[in-house]
Amino acid sequence: MNAPLPAIEVLSAEQVYPNGTRALTPVSLSIEKGEFVTLLGPSGCGKSTLLKMIAGLLEPSDGRILLSRQPVQEANAEHQLSFVFQEATLMPWATVEANVRLPLDLAGMPKSESTPRVMEALQLVGLAKFAQQRPRELSGGMQMRVSIARGLVTQPQLLLMDEPFGALDEITRNRLDADLLKLWQQQGLTVVFVTHSITEAVFLSSRVVMMAARPGRVVEDLRINAPYPRMDAFRTSPEFNEMVRHLHGQLHMASDHEEVQP
Amino acid sequence: MNKAADQRRKALQEGMLPFAVAVLLLGLWQGWTVAAQVPEYLVPSPWSIARTLVADWELLSGALWVTVKITLLAFGTSVVLGSLVAFAFVQSRWIEAAFFPYAVLLQVTPVVAIAPLIIIWVKDPTASLVVCATLVALFPIISNTTVGLRSVNPGLAAYFKLQRATRWQTLVRLRIPSALPYFFAGLRISGGLALIGAVVAEFVAGTGGTGTGLAYQILQSGYQLNIPRMFAALVLISVAGVVIFAALSALSSWALGGWHESEVKP
Repeated sequence: MNAPLPAIEVLSAEQVYPNGTRALTPVSLSIEKGEFVTLLGPSGCGKSTLLKMIAGLLEPSDGRILLSRQPVQEANAEHQLSFVFQEATLMPWATVEANVRLPLDLAGMPKSESTPRVMEALQLVGLAKFAQQRPRELSGGMQMRVSIARGLVTQPQLLLMDEPFGALDEITRNRLDADLLKLWQQQGLTVVFVTHSITEAVFLSSRVVMMAARPGRVVEDLRINAPYPRMDAFRTSPEFNEMVRHLHGQLHMASDHEEVQP
Repeated sequence: MNKAADQRRKALQEGMLPFAVAVLLLGLWQGWTVAAQVPEYLVPSPWSIARTLVADWELLSGALWVTVKITLLAFGTSVVLGSLVAFAFVQSRWIEAAFFPYAVLLQVTPVVAIAPLIIIWVKDPTASLVVCATLVALFPIISNTTVGLRSVNPGLAAYFKLQRATRWQTLVRLRIPSALPYFFAGLRISGGLALIGAVVAEFVAGTGGTGTGLAYQILQSGYQLNIPRMFAALVLISVAGVVIFAALSALSSWALGGWHESEVKP
């Protein structure tokens, strides 16, 4: 077997704000193609900061970040990565279809070419029937699906997600988690997923990178070896609970009694 | 089905309420002027105003057209000029910082005070009135459109940046649609102000004998103690104002009805 090409290389990247606050102490991380990696930790641990640096939304104060061995900005220009925000960030005046089409429009793709891709992306998230609705007519979970479809329509290799389901109720969140795993497998994506929920991290990931605050740092890099596809039964299995308990303990030690969701 | 019909009937009833109030008030007014034998040169009865409207229609409709023309020209100029200024303002904080105080100055200077100057400076009487009315109507468009163009959802702005959207794409696809609700709110204020500006400017110019608009008719009727005609002209001004407001509201609801909270029917 060939050594797989690292999709993301974080080379002692750090983030220090102009006022001297260290949001993130130097982090080094290599993520392989096809991995589902979760950045897990309490607020203030720098997980979103790290994700934004990988996306190129934030320049590291020091260190480098490479995507497929290229600097972030170049990789981004080729639409290799898509970013899904904490909120759906849809255009309220545009239909679902126009929202999903947006990245292709911005890249100057003609409509004849983009339409089949838009419909395909909407089918992937199960919203083909809602193409002509406006975002306000959809529930929060459906809006998030539109946002994911907008992320998939560029056919990225890398999907970066910043607490995408944080604002949803638990039942909706669990369903979207399961659907996301399906998409990840079908599309052969590499996913970096930020969350503060330990159970969500364990359920989704092939690898959990646990971070702690003050200063923001990586405290553990754990492989979750349970096989995919993972069903709802996995959530109640003993091994699942064991890993949750382990991560919970680690987090507790590292973060000095900070509030974390179980 | 039944429920929808019920709702429609309720909406209709609500829509009729202002008319019911109008009928009641006009009836009281008519009754009072007849019963107390109020002389026509003090308070004319609604019936006598209506008769004057019909009898003097040729004169009054001509005057109405002049006033409406000035209002529309001033309104159109304000929309174009105001939007352009707002676009300039959002291009750079420097431009806004340098020029916004002057926009405010324009707004707080009473048009009555500068109208005589403008009427002297601008030779063409219609043009001078349009300039006066534009000065009144301009500010709401500038300030609302500027606020609107800046009121972009930060998440969407970050998304556009991530997708490497050009400045032009961001303007057309993000800033302008985000500004529309504010822009339309500005339109509704500005439409009424354009009419007020036109009438005020006519008053100032009318004494110089140049205008033939409704304000001039009001002045003339006042000199001649033709109070019913004065009221008739007043009625026409009010109706013109209401029609302008209603038209702009309909436009706003057509443009924003599908998505913006202010216009979506519950």
